Amino acid sequence: MARDTVRWSRKDLLGIAELSPAEIELILDTAETFREVGERPIKKVPTLRGKTVLNLFFEASTRTRSSFEIAEKRLSADNLNFSASGSALEKGESLVDTALNLQAMAPDLIVIRHRYPGAPHMLARRLKAGVINAGDGAHEHPTQALLDAYTIRRHKGRLAGLKVAIVGDIEHSRVVRSNIHLLTKMGAQVTVAGPRTMMPVEIEKMGVTAAYTLEEGIRDADVVMMLRVQLERQARMAFPSIKEYFRLFGLNAERLKAAKEDVILMHPGPMNRGVEIASEVADGPYSVILEQVTHGVSVRMAVLYLLSGVHEEGG
Amino acid sequence: MAKTLTPKTTILDAKQMARIIRRMAGEIVERSDSSDLVLVGIRTRGVPLAELLAQEIERMEGHPVPRGMLDITLYRDDLSTIAHQPQVKESHLPVPIDDCLVVLCDDVLYTGRTVRAALDHLVDYGRPRAVRLAVLIDRGHRELPIQADVVGKTVPTSRDEVVEVSFQATDGADQVRIMERSTR
Repeated sequence: MARDTVRWSRKDLLGIAELSPAEIELILDTAETFREVGERPIKKVPTLRGKTVLNLFFEASTRTRSSFEIAEKRLSADNLNFSASGSALEKGESLVDTALNLQAMAPDLIVIRHRYPGAPHMLARRLKAGVINAGDGAHEHPTQALLDAYTIRRHKGRLAGLKVAIVGDIEHSRVVRSNIHLLTKMGAQVTVAGPRTMMPVEIEKMGVTAAYTLEEGIRDADVVMMLRVQLERQARMAFPSIKEYFRLFGLNAERLKAAKEDVILMHPGPMNRGVEIASEVADGPYSVILEQVTHGVSVRMAVLYLLSGVHEEGG
Repeated sequence: MAKTLTPKTTILDAKQMARIIRRMAGEIVERSDSSDLVLVGIRTRGVPLAELLAQEIERMEGHPVPRGMLDITLYRDDLSTIAHQPQVKESHLPVPIDDCLVVLCDDVLYTGRTVRAALDHLVDYGRPRAVRLAVLIDRGHRELPIQADVVGKTVPTSRDEVVEVSFQATDGADQVRIMERSTR
């Protein structure tokens, strides 16, 4: 098989945009092995023994941070967590200075979430350590897109040719951007749906179809991905009220009937029940939302494993 | 600097290999109460060996023998020195191995490092009653204090040589060849 010859040679995982389909497939295939590790009585392998991983979360995160932490521990890496509050950054240190100080501690890998797009890229250029982007502003969130793709592949057996609908705040979502890159590269058809106030102009240039009603967006979809309504953005007046948003774009069992009969329903979390999604579908038979969380660990183990083997500057 | 392998001698042909595997299966049965036997092949070429041994034992004893496979990549001791991470493949054990007699199977026993990794891997699945090692070829040059319990053939080799074991199932022919590494 051709994919046996694909070798991972990147020092960093900064986004999906720069990955080739073969590299994406290598990560997903590697994740398959690590899923099995999670099912053993002893859920730990010695692979990254003696490696140090820093988790820098300059932005709040529960799911992603704990998922990375578990992945690191299952690979026997030593990890250290920094969070936004109380960090030197808050005391006025520049990100570059923080980075150089971290470098001085000689970590092997750095996982970073930051509210500024490009922050991980800057670290990656400055540091010898491999850098994993765990979300940079509204730019990319590559491991989320990879775990979504892994979940889809496990249910549908493929990505190519599938119809995937992504519904919600398209403009401010890094999850959407990474997912669009990944899914279109792998040959899926992507439709994004949301209110016009949450839809970037010329989104079609990313190779997707735009829809402005929920029904139109999810019609005949194999996969429906609901996005969290970032309630903090309501101050921006993107929609008149939560009630109205739910009435127009909230997913319930009745509306989900527009999708294919064997549709799977996904959500990157955290969910706002009664805002973008009704409990009857979030907990219903089509939902694979909790599976996404489980697969997140396998996918992150795969990424940590692959990056830890690259010793020189990427390329 | 391209390294190529050129065949030097064929040390076992299909017929000899079949005879040896039959004898090895007999030795495994003789030395074990086979009711709790599990054969575990080390990927890649340990897997077809385990399969052939299991078939022989089933024929002799008349009851099914569970077989599993281990991929030892995640347990290697040289991951931080090689340039790219090797591709990991799945491990699979069909039954819980607690209190079973596990026979690890591999095609060639060389430095012993693969077996060390396989032992570490195996105990993550449980606590077997005992673990034995069966190899088709023992070529010497051990770097760890590890010995096989059942050996098909002992072959003295030099470190420049490569022992290439082929199986019908994976390579289209049953044979064992010694290859010479030459640098061009």
